[in-house]
Order: sequence, then structure tokens, then C-alpha cells
Amino acid sequence: MRLTVDGKDIEFDAEPDMPLLWALRDLAGKTGPKFGCGVAACGACTVVIDGQAVRSCSLPVGDVTGAVTTIEGLATDGKLHPVQQAWLDEQVAQCGYCQAGQIMSAYALLEEISDPTDEDIDNAMGGNLCRCGTYPRIRTAIKKAASLKLARA
Amino acid sequence: MASIGKIARRTFLFGMAAVAGGVAVGYYYYRRPYPNPLEGELAEGEVTFNPYLKIGSDNTITVIAPRAEMGQGISTTLAAFVAEELDVTLDRLKVEHGLPSYAYYNAAMLEEGAGFNFWDDSFTAETVRGLMGAAGKMLGLQATGGSTAARDGFDRMRQAGAAARIMLIEAAAARFDVPARDLTTDNGTIVHKASNRSVTYGEVALDASKLAPPSKVTLKEKTDWKLLGKPQKRVDMLAKVTGAPIFGIDVRQPDMLFGTVRMSPVFGAKPVRSDTSAASKMPGVVKIVPIESSYGSGFGVIADNTWAAFKAAEAIDVEWGKPDYPLSNDDIMARIADAARTGEASAMRDDGDVDVAFADAPQDRVIEAEYSVPYLSHAPMEPMNCTARLKDGVLDVWAPNQMPVLVRWFCSDIAGVPGDKTNVHTTSMGGAFGRRGELDYALYATILAKETDGRPVQVTWTREEDMRRGPFRPASVGKFRARIGNDGLPVAVDMRVAAQNMMASLMSRTFTSLPAGGSDPSITDGSRNQPYTIPNYRVSEIQVPDLPIPVTFWRSVGNSVNGYFHECFMDEIAQAGGIDPVEMRRKLMANHPAALAVVNKVAEMSGWGDSLPEGKAKGFAFTLSFGSWCGQVIQIADTPAGIKLEKMWIAVEVGTALDPGIIETQMTSGAVYGLSAAMGQAITFEDGRVVQSNFHDFDAMRIFQAPEFEVAILENFHRMGGAGEVGVPPAAPALANALFALKGQRFRSLPLSKDVTFA
Repeated sequence: MRLTVDGKDIEFDAEPDMPLLWALRDLAGKTGPKFGCGVAACGACTVVIDGQAVRSCSLPVGDVTGAVTTIEGLATDGKLHPVQQAWLDEQVAQCGYCQAGQIMSAYALLEEISDPTDEDIDNAMGGNLCRCGTYPRIRTAIKKAASLKLARA
Repeated sequence: MASIGKIARRTFLFGMAAVAGGVAVGYYYYRRPYPNPLEGELAEGEVTFNPYLKIGSDNTITVIAPRAEMGQGISTTLAAFVAEELDVTLDRLKVEHGLPSYAYYNAAMLEEGAGFNFWDDSFTAETVRGLMGAAGKMLGLQATGGSTAARDGFDRMRQAGAAARIMLIEAAAARFDVPARDLTTDNGTIVHKASNRSVTYGEVALDASKLAPPSKVTLKEKTDWKLLGKPQKRVDMLAKVTGAPIFGIDVRQPDMLFGTVRMSPVFGAKPVRSDTSAASKMPGVVKIVPIESSYGSGFGVIADNTWAAFKAAEAIDVEWGKPDYPLSNDDIMARIADAARTGEASAMRDDGDVDVAFADAPQDRVIEAEYSVPYLSHAPMEPMNCTARLKDGVLDVWAPNQMPVLVRWFCSDIAGVPGDKTNVHTTSMGGAFGRRGELDYALYATILAKETDGRPVQVTWTREEDMRRGPFRPASVGKFRARIGNDGLPVAVDMRVAAQNMMASLMSRTFTSLPAGGSDPSITDGSRNQPYTIPNYRVSEIQVPDLPIPVTFWRSVGNSVNGYFHECFMDEIAQAGGIDPVEMRRKLMANHPAALAVVNKVAEMSGWGDSLPEGKAKGFAFTLSFGSWCGQVIQIADTPAGIKLEKMWIAVEVGTALDPGIIETQMTSGAVYGLSAAMGQAITFEDGRVVQSNFHDFDAMRIFQAPEFEVAILENFHRMGGAGEVGVPPAAPALANALFALKGQRFRSLPLSKDVTFA
């Protein structure tokens, strides 16, 4: 089976019903996306396919049609993506386990809406659970990322 | 004041650890430092000064932060202790967790266990605290819990940095042939200004490490701190925003297999009939093995990948034994309620004479209430997992854990290898909240590693397995009464709190051959030790017998229960007495200026007493826990979609704020954790098995439910408090009290979602 992940073509041997998450983590060595629930209820496994935030724990790898971007492919040429930079600046993470998924959901949101309102943030990020309660800083960081992104564009 | 008997009972668990560890006891042993565990671990060109510091000839400075990072930011604060005195900035350091070692004992955990009220400075209290700290050293208790890590490392790790700096300066003085007093340090470099010469720490590290450590070091005054007391950039942040493989579940070893477990959903039961043949033949499955352990019975599945292991585990055909405890949630909760009402009580606080005070009380001056809270799962984001390899007589365990010394004892025993052939690698944890103080994930991984001919195996649990097997935060029922005086203040308060003995439950899973008994102070923690002065004030512990639901530490432990009980009942007392709840606290806490300052601060921040628009209300609560005094006010609004949490104000007294940025995040984190449980979480039972299975029926607060936060950190008290758990206890009662203010109805049972819809 072939997939494009973070700009590289990779090949692995998987049953088509295996969720993308486990193909990435156990077969392709991409441990950035995390396992949290297995039923698309927590968002820790979020990756982006064709601009859409997708819960990779519930998407059979055989159904993947587009290129997959994970947290590991977000930085380019050694430079953090504006969303990652904002997360760093705002010191968002505590345990950090959900943050790969949070960052990918925020990345997809900002690709679609360059200057999101609080309501946009609520709608886009409601599927990403954080047990450490970093939500206030996530909200601040998304707004900061929006301005960083505009400045870089 | 606590009697020695009480102290002995309260430290029961830790006493057991001493027996199992076979550690000798005595003054000499306490004075003798432990061997430096870094001696055998040094890289080429690297030297070590003490168990907390390595310096390479290339000036790479590595600090060992021997407490587990589970999100609370402790690795940053511990590194800052050494860095402050060594005179380097945090970005110059590498921070490692270190191998399990007795050198990294946690003295503060036992000092807290001494059982005195936090404000008690009497000679006896101080003496016993000192003895308990010494006991921590003797037991080699390397543990992360009880919000103790920063307090424990504060002196030792600063001294480690200061001593190394003195030795480095001496070595540079010898090299330059100048007096040491003429040298200064600047972020990893030693400078001789007069001759404009300088040398890095790395260049003189080898020479310095051969010098005798100074017999006395003087630590910096607080006013001279460059790092401590100021928000630092967390040392783990870059890894966490780039998806770096830092968690237990990210461990990858050559030739690694994957696995999972399927354990009995009935506590204490074994399979009565099982057939693993079909599951064993599924694609990718290597082997299915039975598991028998003190934590439970079931099966382990070894496979080529985690998904194959999950599917095979599900496909095992098994019938489990019957429960030997009440089957329904109602019957389990009734057992606890019966204990609260009629069980044998042991008074943990007993001021004045409560029985006399109630004997002649007019009925219209007495209020009574019964409160209850459910069992809870910790539900950290990272499900339980552990990786183990047993090869050539050496066991390696990669475990996200809070108790590395215990993991080493138990896993080496299972694997049949000596402790010194067992390496425990503590990874970062994707949350823990007490759950990683248990050992089951490590035991199971070790059991499976015996079946793989030397190949490493990573054992990951499904979320369902994680949520249903416990151990849980104990459920509890409290029965309370108060007599209100003519001035509206309480004359007498009588609180009876019933729950399972958590220590006994923990012992049944760990030190199984040892008897478990005695008091469990966590049952009343947060009720018996609050800074209120009430003339007749009794708080009693009642243990619920014969209920084998596995229970354990859950973020803030007994305070998570009693914060809610005590502070909601205080709100009821204020209402009955016709006094504003904040004003009542000011009166009852007048003997404790630290508490009073917190109450005043949070009242001022939140505009307590200001009139609010129709449909909005505020609630207040206060809990002293883990040495920190925390007051919270929450404002809620009644909206068409349900109750909206608008804003929470938090004032916390911590004594010394080592990193105000991290303390602030821990306060909001604790509040979100407490509010999540209060709003919607419960573990319930049907047919003796847990009903909930995943985040759809055991959810937590989402971003669209999170209130705005404002945090004030106070530093008035002379003793330092913790941070990691302190924000949890007042959150539930603040919310329940706000709901009363809004609706005029008391909410005496959690979760609130049984009675209220949240937006």
C-alpha cells in the first residue's frame, strides 16, 4: 500500500481496514499523531488530508485518497509553522499529548479562515479534548498564529 | 495535634515500602549520602558533580530532574533550581529524568504525611516533619505525587548547583593562578576581568570534579534570583509542538512487537471458560497468553501491530466469573451511604464538644445535609501503555510512571532478574493525575516480554480497557449537620465522611502479603484540616467495608471529595445564618491571615457582592490543600443552550512562587479538571461492571465550555505549598454554590449534569 505522508511517498503492508493512525504509528514510524480514544471522540490523532482535519483513528487506511500531513510535516526548512510558533510563544502545552491534534486542527482552521472568531475556534476545536485544560492558551495561540501567518504571507 | 500512633498509621504504606525494600534504618544511614547514580552513565568527556548535574568537556550541561513530567511543568522548575545557583540560563541546559535511584528520594512527600495541620509550627510538628523527611531518605522513595516535587527539590537541587559552581571557580582559579574571589561567572563561563581571560565550565569540569565538594554553600537570597520567581520558557515545549517521540507510547525499539491486554471486567474475577483459538489465528497475531496478577486476570495479546492486537483481544471468547459485591450502582452507593449514616466513625478532628453542642440545640437552628460523589476515572489523554524487553538476563522497562523504584522492584520480580539487571526508563507522560502511580501497565508489559524470546513488546491498552478497569477515585458520601448561633455563625459542625479505604485497596494490588488496616486520612482530607475556627467542630472518617472496587489516588485525592462536601455545606451554613458566604469565611478564618488574604483577594478580583444582571450568579469556595491556600469564584449565566461558565477568578497563596507562569497554568488546569468532573463525570456500575467506556460517555470540558480565567498568586505564608493539584478541590463547590445562587436549589450529588444542562 502506498501513501504520501508529509511530502514523502511511503510504502507499507497493511490490511485496508486498519485505521490510518495505526498504519502511521506502527508501520510508517510516524508517532506524531497520538492514540487517545479510537472512536474519533478526542482528536489526539488528528491529521490533515486535502485541507480537512481528519481523525485518523477512525479512517481505514484503504479509504485514504489524498496526501496526509501530520504534525511532523508542519515545519518546513527547519522553520516552525506559524501555528507551532504561536504554541511555543504562548507556552500552550502542559502534558502535550493532545497538542499534536490540537495544532493540526488549528492549522486546518487557519487554512480555511484566516482570521477566525471565537465562535469559529469553538466550532473547529470542539472535537479536540485536552485533559490538562489548556483551552485559554489554545484560543490565544490560534489568534496569534493568525497574525503571524498574515505577517509571513 | 497528631499522636505518634496516628502518624504511624498514616505512613503505613511508606512503612511497607521499607519492609519490601529491605532497607536498614538508623541515623548513620540517613547521614550517609547515596551513591551518585550518574557515575556509571557518563559519556566521553563528561563528568558529574552530584546526582543532579553532568558537564561535558564541550560545555554541554545536563541537569537531572528526577520527578516525572506529566504536564505539570516540573522538569522546568527543577532544572531552574540547579541553573539558578550554577548561573546559567535554562536554554543552555539539557534536562533528563534519570534512572530510578534511591538518591532521588522525595522527602517532602513524607513530611506532608506527618499529619499535622499545615499551619502548625509547634516544636513537635517541626520535629516530626524532620523525622519524616529523614525517613524519605532512608526509604529511597523516588515518587512524583502530592504536589511535593518543587518543595522537595528546592534546597537540595539549588545546593547541587551552588556546590558545582564553587568547584568550577576553584578549578579555574588554579588554572589562571588567581584567587577564586577575583573570578565571576556568566552563563556557563568563568571570567577573570582584570586579565580579560575566560574559560567555559566544560573546559575546567574535569579538574573541578576532582576537587572536594565545599563543606558549606551559601544559597542566593530570593532578591538575587535571576530565574526563580519569574516565568520561564518550559524546557519541554519545543518537543511538544513538533510531535517529538517523548511519550511512553512513542517508544520504538528495533524488532519491536506490539500488544494489548483484555482483563476481567468483573473485579477480582477470573475467566471461567475461554477459547482463544480463533483470536490466535487472526492476521498479525503472534501469541495470546493468560495473565494472572494482583491487579486482575485476563489475557495478553502479542501481535505485529497494535491494531491487530486490539482486534484479536476483542475476538477472545471468554466468560468471566461472577462479582462478589453489589451488582448495581444504586446498591454500591447505598452501601456507602449506609456507612455514612450508621457506620463506626473515627474522629479525625474534634474541637470542643460536638455532642454537647447539639444536645440542647433548638431544632430550627440545626441544618442537616447529605452529599455524594461518584467513582471517577483519571482518563489521561495517553492510554495506559508500557514497553518491555527481557533479553540476556536484563530487563528494560520503558514506563510512563510516577514510581520508578516500585516499577523496578515489581517488574524485576516478575521477570526473575535481579534489581540491578532491571533498567526503568521513565518517559514523559500524556497526563497521569495519579493513575501512573499504579503499576499494572508495567507488570503486564513485563509478563508479555517473557513470551517474546528477547524481542521488545509495546503493550497499549484500548481507551475502553483504560476506563473500565480502574483503579478509580473512590466514591464517597458525607452526612453533615450544623448548629447555627444567634449571630448567624456556626456554633457546631459535625461531618461524617464515608468511603473505601484507598490505602487498603492499593495494598491489595501491591504488597499483597502484608496486612492492610488503620486509618485512611484521605477519606477526610479537605474537611478535617481547613483553616476555619468553629468552637465545636468534628470531622469523622468512616471506612466502607467489603467493597472490592479498586480505588486509588486521583488528582488532589481526598480533597477532590471533601472540597466539594465541606465548601458546599459552608455555603448552606451561611445561607441558614443569613450571612454572605464570603463574609462568613472572613469571620471563621480570622485566625489565619494567609487564608483571609486569599479570601479578600479573590473577592476583590471578582467584584464579589456587586449586583449582577438577571440570569447570572457567582459562587465561592476555598480549600487549603498540599500546602497552598486556594480561593475560587465562578460566574455562570443561564442561557437558552444551558448553563454557561463565564469566568473564574482564582487567588492562591503558595508561600514562594518559584515559577508564576507554571503556577498559573496549574491553577487553571486544576480548575478545568475539577469542573470537568463536577459537570459531567461518573463511573457507574451495572451487573458489577463499569458502564462507561470512552469519551462519549465519560467526557471532559471542551474548549467551548471553558470559562475565562484570572489568577492571582500570593506569597505571604512562610512555608511553601504545592501547585499541581491545588486548583482542583474548590472548583466543584464553587460551581455548585453558583448554581444555588442562580436557582435557589442545592445540588448535593455529582455530577451536576444529572440535574442541570450545561451549554
